[in-house]
Amino acid sequence: MSEIVEITQVSGTAVSIRGNDIDTDRIIPARYLKEVTFARMGEYPFFDERFDSTGNLKPHPFNDPQYKGASILFVNKNFGCGSSREHAPQALYRYGINAIVGESFAAIFAGNCTMMGVPTVTVSHDHVELMMKTVEQNPKTQFTVDIEKKTVTFGEQRIVIDLPETYRSALISGSWDSTALLRANLAQVKKTASQLPYMNGFAG
Amino acid sequence: MAGKTLYDKIWESHTVCILPTGQTQLFIGLHLIHEITTAPAFDMLRENGMDIAFPERTFATVDHIVPTDVRSRPFLDAEAEELTQALEKNVKQFGVEFFGLESANQGIVHVIGPQLGLTQPGMTLACGDSHTSTHGAFGTLAFGIGTSQVRDVLATQTLAMDKLKVRRINVNGALGTGVYAKDVILSIIRRLGVAGGKGFAYEYGGAVIDAMSMEARMTVCNMSIEGGALVGYVNPDATTFEYLKGRPHVPSGAAFDRAVAYWKSIASDPDAHYDDIVNLDGKDIEPTVTWGINPGQAVGISERLPKPEDYADPDGAKKAYEHMGWEPGAAILGTPINVAFIGSCTNGRLADLRAAAKIAKGRKVKAGIRALVVPGSAEVKKLAEREGLHEIFTQAGFQWREAGCSMCLAMNPDKLSGREISASSSNRNFIGRQGSPQGRTLLMSPAMVAAAALNGKVVDVREYL
Repeated sequence: MSEIVEITQVSGTAVSIRGNDIDTDRIIPARYLKEVTFARMGEYPFFDERFDSTGNLKPHPFNDPQYKGASILFVNKNFGCGSSREHAPQALYRYGINAIVGESFAAIFAGNCTMMGVPTVTVSHDHVELMMKTVEQNPKTQFTVDIEKKTVTFGEQRIVIDLPETYRSALISGSWDSTALLRANLAQVKKTASQLPYMNGFAG
Repeated sequence: MAGKTLYDKIWESHTVCILPTGQTQLFIGLHLIHEITTAPAFDMLRENGMDIAFPERTFATVDHIVPTDVRSRPFLDAEAEELTQALEKNVKQFGVEFFGLESANQGIVHVIGPQLGLTQPGMTLACGDSHTSTHGAFGTLAFGIGTSQVRDVLATQTLAMDKLKVRRINVNGALGTGVYAKDVILSIIRRLGVAGGKGFAYEYGGAVIDAMSMEARMTVCNMSIEGGALVGYVNPDATTFEYLKGRPHVPSGAAFDRAVAYWKSIASDPDAHYDDIVNLDGKDIEPTVTWGINPGQAVGISERLPKPEDYADPDGAKKAYEHMGWEPGAAILGTPINVAFIGSCTNGRLADLRAAAKIAKGRKVKAGIRALVVPGSAEVKKLAEREGLHEIFTQAGFQWREAGCSMCLAMNPDKLSGREISASSSNRNFIGRQGSPQGRTLLMSPAMVAAAALNGKVVDVREYL
């Protein structure tokens, strides 16, 4: 199994993607899901918003050299809605994003991020706006997302963040990659299964 | 003390334990896989030297990537061929039953599960596809998962999950002629919003749902995720049992009777507690069409397009108008289309094809319109052909295709090009969803798509019935 990595804090510069209901088809167009591994996903986030049909750059925060190297992403409401494709968080993670701060996240997307060790944390609209404005005014601003203390700090600011307690616990204990945790209980799994009548075809 | 919901009961019976993180380890009764979201999961198993914990509880097919016209191998698209071969290799190595391209059971994963009787009431069901909520039509706790979760199900037949709240959605009264399940779910999403279901399982009920066929209930449950709800379900009843009886994976004889007794026992209690209750009336639902870039941006066929300010998120609506190229206040009726697509896990079942064929029969697709009918499975195709539906469609000028996801998500050769506008029976109108970054999608019922194909524009299907 992979080694246990406790995710307590993500620090770095940030980049903002404004707008509600940004779906996973926009985060990564379906044609890139044809690849057999996630290895190249980091080349594709927001592909059709960043490149025109001939491959020329369009104005987009991910194309803007000011935000190069950003490891924290600021978003608005219901980010990552739509498809369950893990390719979407994989694309963001492999591009360099290690934490996402937003007003809210779609359920499957947030679950996928957590299982990859990428925290998705929520703050109010006003606080997202404040952080987006801060990074737009000074892209070099350093932010720290602290999962343990449930804060985002930058400059003199300290903003309280929220995330499901179960996600927080998984991240800070290093059990976000849940396979080992689940496999430890295989005997109990078999017992639970044996009590479900459909598992033996409703034999009397 | 209040009674329990179906969700509560299935959750309890499938709980293995509470994990140190506070999440519940939940047993997964049925795992369905397809080519797109599984290859890295199998790689992770191999890297860690793990086997599948319950190989007999996973079933595989190919649907997303398969061409629906020329299916000879190798596929013309080398990437599609490689990904398909990866699945073929993985199912062989790990001993998973596979309904491949040559199988009479191949089809869209959410069509074949129910068709084979694999999907049953009282189960938990997971699949690496957000439209797994479809199976909730059977009173199944079914939800979409990511690839890391696919790995967990393969390795342990369980998932680390958080329990949802339950919202009961009553659709009361009756639907008018020409109003279908698709119109019901589009109306629900329009009212509750694309994020409104976050944190909830949706339990659908009321006279309209009670009267629906299993196919129609699947259409409703399918799009739960478009309303932000991970899970949507209908309590099992006589309609459910009748559908299941005699299907290949459903027990027979005395075992069937025992199954029915169990299935009845897992339905929500009459005094079940719900975290929220919403009521709609069937008579208020018109044939419904999306105008924007998410499934909540929809209007009834007689309505005009809303003002951005009518929405909680005016900027989102403005973005939608910018992409779609229309103006607030315009009628949806008469909107021109270039492409008509009938199919998908939302509306690619026999009942859907029958509804569309009824409109197409003896009529002609408008010149210049590209119109596709893509059955949801090889079995749906066979049954439709037995009834002569393929002749009705081809005589009208529709292309009759092989089973697959086709133009719903355009991972295969079926795509929009440029600024084309598609009348589509699928589930998502997201920017770029149907294969062209500039393309535009209008979601509607299969009958409405057929009517639009005949006219080259959005019309009211009720005038063709």
